[in-house]
Amino acid sequence: MVWLNVLVQGVLIGGFYALFACGLSLMFGVLKVINLAHGDMAVVAGYVAVFLTPHLHLPEVWSFLVVVPIFALVGYVLQRTLIQKSIDRDPFTTLLVTFGLSVVIENLLLEIYSANGQTVNIGDLIAKSWHPASIIYVSYVSLAVLGTAVLVLFLLQLFLSKSGTGRLIRAVADDREAAQLSGANYRHIFGVAASLAFATVALAGIAYGMMTQFAPTSGGVNLLFAFEAVVIGGIGSLWGTLVGGIALGIAQQFGAHINPQYQILAGNILFLAVLAVRPQGLFGRRTSLA
Amino acid sequence: MSEALLEVKDLVVHHGQLKAVDEVSFSLHVGEVLAMIGANGAGKSTLLGTIAGLHRQTSGSLYFDGVDISNVAPHRRVSMGVSLVPEGRRLFSSMTLQENLQVGAFHARKGPFNIERIYELFDWMPSRRRQRVWQLSGGEQQAVAIGRALVANPKLLLLDELSLGLAPIVIERIYGLVPEIVAQGVSILVVEQDVSQGLAVADRVHCLLEGKTSLTGVPADFTPEQVERAYFGAGLAVATTHEGES
Repeated sequence: MVWLNVLVQGVLIGGFYALFACGLSLMFGVLKVINLAHGDMAVVAGYVAVFLTPHLHLPEVWSFLVVVPIFALVGYVLQRTLIQKSIDRDPFTTLLVTFGLSVVIENLLLEIYSANGQTVNIGDLIAKSWHPASIIYVSYVSLAVLGTAVLVLFLLQLFLSKSGTGRLIRAVADDREAAQLSGANYRHIFGVAASLAFATVALAGIAYGMMTQFAPTSGGVNLLFAFEAVVIGGIGSLWGTLVGGIALGIAQQFGAHINPQYQILAGNILFLAVLAVRPQGLFGRRTSLA
Repeated sequence: MSEALLEVKDLVVHHGQLKAVDEVSFSLHVGEVLAMIGANGAGKSTLLGTIAGLHRQTSGSLYFDGVDISNVAPHRRVSMGVSLVPEGRRLFSSMTLQENLQVGAFHARKGPFNIERIYELFDWMPSRRRQRVWQLSGGEQQAVAIGRALVANPKLLLLDELSLGLAPIVIERIYGLVPEIVAQGVSILVVEQDVSQGLAVADRVHCLLEGKTSLTGVPADFTPEQVERAYFGAGLAVATTHEGES
């Protein structure tokens, strides 16, 4: 029963990792951009939720209604300006630019809001949980985050496979030139993909702020976990990202149960094991036209 | 002779240091099939890529339908009516046959072609439309690539090396479609290494040798020896027939 609880907690935290990682997966899969500022974007979303929503007389639980559209817009604009400019130079420039962005964001946040921890205030909901068996606790917040992750991935998958714009996103990811020859303005499509990625990262940032405290430098470690989730699941597969996130969560919880110091170590070992045995990830595809 | 659909004037295109296309001029008329032949590295594919907007010209100009398109982005050229079937097919490999056609149709102009019409043109397609394109044979993939370009309803279809890697019988079948496509009001510029195939479908032929025009005119007016000389070099005199001048 103890182990069952460890498993349950692993799945719950895995849902958060997946929510955090799907934007990263989208940016890499479509734009071939590794966004090193991804974690910091999430943190910014948390700060916006904490400091902007009170002005709007909106409970912080509902802050995503405002923050997600803002981030979608910011994502599009940032892509069409800064990120596109760096893609046009060469792939390594995007690494430098997003790394620089990460440094700038962290320091700006430190400067403006200090290093104090913040949380997205959701009242007494934070302490409530479902208690199906003697030692199994399912926190409502974590359950909601897992549910959100599944819903977001489902909607993204639906959008990419069924809508015309979604198909263009996949076309650009497959072969940018051929997509242009089919009439797609790839810069605009990149913008749409970045917009989706930023919308999901805003959700992840707010979810993080609801589950725990965050500070200006919280982005880095979460970015690491998001990378691991994407690689374990397989690049380019959204459901793979969910499975990767959950696998990572479970590994970490098992590690922590053996010894709290082993939490991150166990996740890293799983990550390395997957890289060694199945480098394309659990759901990664390795097919191309002859 | 009818008005020019495509007018290429003194076009120069560089691939890094290499002058891939060297002051090439020609025009293509509405309803015409023009074959661009030449050996490997003669600059044919670069020329097509430049017309489609994938490469930038160093100098010279491109007029399509009377409009200067030299600085128009490739996706805008598609909506103006220029579609390229690229060398090597370049299908969207993670997608099904039907999805490839749907991508082509998303920004389509108005015209005779739609996905249903493509399915009539290639009657094997409907039953296999849910298959991933990498499961199709080379000839079938080529057909999908042509279909993807056609659903955009181009005025000018650019075909790059359709025969590459295909069996002769398959090549013949694919080129057999050319008259049917032209009948729908589409003009075609075809690039081919396979000279006999190029000459068979074309109203006019234009031969490139090391980036320069080495021969231009009506296929019937040339002897095989003339074509051979223009194709491989040895005496780089521009042979022109009176019909070829426009």
